[in-house]
Amino acid sequence: MDYSFYQHYWWFLVSLLGALLVFLTFVQGGQSLIYQIGKSDLERTMLINTLGRKWEFTFTTLVTFGGAFFASFPLFYSTSFGGAYWAWMALLFCFIIQAVSYEFRSKKGNLLGKKTFDIFLFINGVGILLVGVVVATFFTGSEFLVNKANLTNTAMPVISTWENSLHGLEALLNVRNILLGLAVLFLARVLAELYFIQTINDANIQARSRKGLLVDTALFLVCFLTFLIWTLVAKGYAVDPDTQVVSLVSAKYLHNLLEMPIVALVFVLGVVAVLFGILWTLIKPKFIQGIWFTGIGTVATVLALLLIAGWNNTAYYPSNTDLQSSLTISNSSSSFFTLKVMSIVSLLIPFVLWYIYKAWKAINGKQIDAAEMNDNDMKY
Amino acid sequence: METLDPSLVDWSRAQFALTAIYHWLFVPLTLGLGVIVSVMETYYYKTGDEEWKRIAKFWMKLFGINFAVGIATGIILEFEFGTNWSNYSWFVGDIFGAPLAIEGIMAFFLESTFIAVMFFGWNKVSKKFHLAATWLTVIGATISALWILVANAWMQFPDGMHFNPDTVRNEMASFWAVLFSPVAMSKFTHTVTSSWIVGSAFVITISAWFLLKKRELQLAKRSIKIAAVFGLLGTLLAAYTGDSSAYQVAQKQPMKLAAMEGLYQGQNKAGLIAVGLLNPSKKSYDDGVNPFVFNIKVPGLLSLMANRNINSFVPGVNDLIDGGYPKVSKSGEPGIALSAEQKMEKGTLAVLALKDYKLARKAGNDSLAKVNQAKLEENFPYFGYGYIKDKKELVPNVPLTFYTFHVMVIIGMYFILFFILIWWMNNKNTLHSQKWVLWLSLLGLPLAYICSECGWIVAEVGRQPWVIQDIMPANMAVSQISAGSVQTTFILFAVLFTVLLISELSIMIKQIRKGPEGLN
Repeated sequence: MDYSFYQHYWWFLVSLLGALLVFLTFVQGGQSLIYQIGKSDLERTMLINTLGRKWEFTFTTLVTFGGAFFASFPLFYSTSFGGAYWAWMALLFCFIIQAVSYEFRSKKGNLLGKKTFDIFLFINGVGILLVGVVVATFFTGSEFLVNKANLTNTAMPVISTWENSLHGLEALLNVRNILLGLAVLFLARVLAELYFIQTINDANIQARSRKGLLVDTALFLVCFLTFLIWTLVAKGYAVDPDTQVVSLVSAKYLHNLLEMPIVALVFVLGVVAVLFGILWTLIKPKFIQGIWFTGIGTVATVLALLLIAGWNNTAYYPSNTDLQSSLTISNSSSSFFTLKVMSIVSLLIPFVLWYIYKAWKAINGKQIDAAEMNDNDMKY
Repeated sequence: METLDPSLVDWSRAQFALTAIYHWLFVPLTLGLGVIVSVMETYYYKTGDEEWKRIAKFWMKLFGINFAVGIATGIILEFEFGTNWSNYSWFVGDIFGAPLAIEGIMAFFLESTFIAVMFFGWNKVSKKFHLAATWLTVIGATISALWILVANAWMQFPDGMHFNPDTVRNEMASFWAVLFSPVAMSKFTHTVTSSWIVGSAFVITISAWFLLKKRELQLAKRSIKIAAVFGLLGTLLAAYTGDSSAYQVAQKQPMKLAAMEGLYQGQNKAGLIAVGLLNPSKKSYDDGVNPFVFNIKVPGLLSLMANRNINSFVPGVNDLIDGGYPKVSKSGEPGIALSAEQKMEKGTLAVLALKDYKLARKAGNDSLAKVNQAKLEENFPYFGYGYIKDKKELVPNVPLTFYTFHVMVIIGMYFILFFILIWWMNNKNTLHSQKWVLWLSLLGLPLAYICSECGWIVAEVGRQPWVIQDIMPANMAVSQISAGSVQTTFILFAVLFTVLLISELSIMIKQIRKGPEGLN
């Protein structure tokens, strides 16, 4: 197994973590729905408690995604985080306020009041749009330069420099980025509605979730399909495997799908599973397991999308300022040795998934209901 | 020519310091209180005594409140390496990123999975599963501490790597050298055991308050019984590991040790300052002003601590800047220490050699590239000195390092006596009637926090200007953003974290006042 194998393997793992993160954003989607679906204090408490038992998974996946990206592709870490400063900071602020809100919202003496913490949760919920916007730049590009020779300039040794003063906020001005941002937000809401249907035993919440599911699915499909078609036919950033020269190629991402049939199959199966989970829930009033189909489908779809961004000789973090500064999985990765060491550690991942599954099952064995909320000292 | 704004470096440092100091308010309590809660639940599991369950649940509630803010303040630290120290992220990311990723995979999921079971699983899982979940949560937190401290230790003592001029970064050569570095082991054990002190002090302070109020007597006494023993164990281990930490500092970061002791002129048989007052009119290491207004020393102890030899020479700040004193090299060869100027020359040579290497490679001149590579390798141990403009930059803030070090040691010593006293009185069942001891116990928590934060200030201020010892100073590591942007995020963090802290304290106080019966 050569260096290239490990680079591909780590792009796969980072993509998988990214895909799991998008699935787990049902927590954020749910937070954006607390006022829409929860009309009374008790209903909101039920919504927040069912989400509150899972929020740490989303949070941890984000942190691990960051750590894994750092370990495997450090040039991305230095270029994107140091450059798109304000985009990342905005996202981080959204997550900081989330981390305390569950624990603090219903506690006496919480200084800001329950309403403020619920608003924090709502902001974090809508803020998930930023994840989509940032990920969209993998396909639309950013404005930066990478020059490793800068290091020997002792007055200004910074290797990666951002070439506009908005430092990441300019990504919000690109329609295609916004489309993916909205698609992620509406998908998160779809997943949340399916999750509420599965975990809360309350007729009103069930009814409102099913109603919201239809609207959010429609909005998701419009945004996602527009982004998808636009991206598949747009020019993409191809890398010559021999010279490592980056160039713009028409319909590069469509070619990637066609040239990697297994990835294409994963993508199609993912889309089918997403739609099946939603439609079956809408058609069958007693069916409550839609979250698993749509959730796993989401993981498959996002995984395939991220794989076509980085595999098959593609620059996954393109620079529109200087094409040759674009990051590829070969020019931005850690050393062969580090990737090998990290790959051994990655063998722990199935074990981690196993105990998460066990604990998830233990906690979600019974649906939440009003009685439990009224008679429980360990609740948010 | 484009240059970096010097205030950018200062604001980036300030932001990292601010977020780290805030984060460290919550982490030691998680590490310490987590073990205490686990022990309490183990008592419940073994005895079936419902009172132990009630006690464990009470402390667990406080644990949860603290844990949440720990998470909120922690996420930013990981990402700040990228947002504010982007050059650092590339220059050493090949080594530094790995512990962060492993921390995520091995520790964060363990914590986040089982903390949910710990809080919501009481009526959903078996007693055994619940106990395992509680222990796994604190084990996860401790493993998390291990990996981040391995990463931090590597910055203080970079080992197990080589510099690759083609990729312009350091690359890992030995994972075991990074993981089992003596600095990492000292740092991990010292930090974790000192966190046990914070957890114990927390439990004792709150329990003492209950005793003063004549409430929850059984809860207070049982809690103190565990916390006093655990705290004493933590303090003794922290003292032992503190000694090995100091030895590592002396060997790897002698400038930090000199600053910790306010030692300007090196000495044979150097004494350790027990108490001392620095002379505020001393402005620079070379102004000839006496550094102390007064001090009391324990003769020979600094030499013993630094070199395991009571008669040995310990270099001071001036010696480290001027060089010329006998020094044993890393390979064990006797030699003479280089001066700061000589190191800066070597650093400049290394940076130039890298530049020439890159140019030669670009021109396809392999023989010239080889010559420059050899020159670079020879001078690489001083690479970071090439970015130092003035040798005075090499001296950290001596008063801050000196006072925080001594405050930490004095409070640490006090805690040994304190925990023995509390344990003894609690065992004799006389603690509740000794009001002065109970009032003294109320001071336990603030003192433990001061001690713990001081430890980090010593470690981090004392190593300035180095982000990576000798290889990368802070001005070489920053991101290129405007100082104003960092200033803005600094203010945002300061406001947000302060609000969160006040709100946490307010919730905690309300919960404690209500006691175990008034959860929520």
